[in-house]
Amino acid sequence: MPKTLTKSLTPAGTLYRGREGQWSWVAHRITGVVIFFFLLVHVLDTSLVRVSPEAYDAVIASYKNPIMGLGELGLVAAIVFHAFNGIRVILVDFWKKGPKYHRQMLWSVIGLWAVVMIAFSIRHLSHVFGG
Amino acid sequence: MATPTIESPRSGRVSPGYSRTPGSRGNFEMVAWLFMRLSGAILVVLIFVHLYVNLVAGDGISGIDFGFVAGKWADPVWQIWDLTLLWLSMLHGTNGIRVIINDYAEKNSTRMWLKGVLYTSTVVIVVLGTLVIFTFDPCPVIDGVAHVADYCPAP
Repeated sequence: MPKTLTKSLTPAGTLYRGREGQWSWVAHRITGVVIFFFLLVHVLDTSLVRVSPEAYDAVIASYKNPIMGLGELGLVAAIVFHAFNGIRVILVDFWKKGPKYHRQMLWSVIGLWAVVMIAFSIRHLSHVFGG
Repeated sequence: MATPTIESPRSGRVSPGYSRTPGSRGNFEMVAWLFMRLSGAILVVLIFVHLYVNLVAGDGISGIDFGFVAGKWADPVWQIWDLTLLWLSMLHGTNGIRVIINDYAEKNSTRMWLKGVLYTSTVVIVVLGTLVIFTFDPCPVIDGVAHVADYCPAP
């Protein structure tokens, strides 16, 4: 391949540098969007309490199966990451040493997230599969 | 020859080459940035308690039905809790989606349409949720038939 063509295909310089900072930002966006769309549905299904007790119970009963149970686990995983990483973002912005320790704080976020999710999974899956 | 001045990064001045629309939006973006951090910190507490009470304590997800909701909203503390949760999470989420739309939708008309849909959904959901919390009746009478539950007066 001629050298000039190869060169023209190379993207221009970018501000994004990958690594912990950028990937945590990507994960924060994705989890945020997921949580927002769940929230819209969550308000709509809860509003069924105003239609009738039977309507609400029917829809909630349709959620009580293993597939939705695993979906709830994924939702809680997204919320817990977004919450812990959000605290990290606040610390990066307001704590004097935040920017210096942002990588260490991300690994703390992931560690805490894992601990919370292991505990929650045991509890939630026993409700979902234990009947 | 005058020395060119470089504005401080936080002066709010954006170089014309980086501005999509003419005119200043004041300090709206700074207020929005601050709101995300303040509401975020409060939401962590509100949502973790919400998840614990609804999914971890008692029978967890298996225990959720109309009676569970009625039991919670019989207490004004949970009504205010859920109302605050509804408003803060919807405003926090709407601002997050607004920022994402601004980042990825390059055409003015695309941004306008997406944000129009977003703001309409937000108003509908917040108004609906607020009305539901305040007009909720734990013992409704539907078509002359009273709801039967141990916390309702006998018909």
